[in-house]
Amino acid sequence: MKLVRMRPGHGDELLAEGDPELAEEEARLIEAFRRQLDRGLWAAVPTQTAGHREALHVRHFDEVPRDAERIIFIPPAVGG
Amino acid sequence: MSGVAIAALAIVCVALAAVAYGPELAHARRRRRRREPAQRRRPPDLPDPGEELRAERRAERLLGEVLGAEALEAYRALGFLHCFGAGGDGRSYGYLIYPHKPIASFDVATGELLNEHCVSFPDREAPAGAGRLPDADDALAKWLALQADERGLVNEANMHLPGRQLDPDHVRRDIVRLSEWTSRGAAAPEGNLDGPAAA
Repeated sequence: MKLVRMRPGHGDELLAEGDPELAEEEARLIEAFRRQLDRGLWAAVPTQTAGHREALHVRHFDEVPRDAERIIFIPPAVGG
Repeated sequence: MSGVAIAALAIVCVALAAVAYGPELAHARRRRRRREPAQRRRPPDLPDPGEELRAERRAERLLGEVLGAEALEAYRALGFLHCFGAGGDGRSYGYLIYPHKPIASFDVATGELLNEHCVSFPDREAPAGAGRLPDADDALAKWLALQADERGLVNEANMHLPGRQLDPDHVRRDIVRLSEWTSRGAAAPEGNLDGPAAA
């Protein structure tokens, strides 16, 4: 599982990577996840069901599907 | 004797060369000295002309990984992403997602334009001058937000009638282009480009 963040002028940046099935790596992923949410970022998990691609908005790490490939952190949307 | 003559001739040649080329050499040296400090003093925030392109490539790679290669191909060809709204029967209206422009909603059955939804993703932690999200990241962020929390994004966005920022004729042409693209089947299984966009 990869945690990436979209950055202005740069593109995505890898924040953390690990296997959530391994306790030590899961703890690292959770810490990185919380840090981004504490900064006010919005977390989306792309999903795929029978070829149809969707996304989930997650607020807690335990909402992330265990087989998710990545969590994408995005600055929160504001009316433009 | 001849040795003395040769030495004298060499001295004369050196003297002539100094007279002929000396000023030019001195000038070139002064120019180089002036240029070198200027290069050392180059401001660290001078824009890197390749950074924007590299950022865009990174963003397109992420878009391709999230939505699939065929959706990336469609994005490159059309210049926007597309998804259906979750309301109604799930296929009654759709969105054209333009990078750094409003999202356009439209009636899938008739192609009628419904609204423009203006939204952006300002990063408060970004250093000054960092710019904005690369185009593909901006489009993907909107797609993710519409998929994950359509109501939240629409509520947050400033909503206007069609024509406020986007040229309605241009959007209608894009709906036709999308319909033609999806009917070719090029992007059918991926990235939600999986159905007819307009009648």
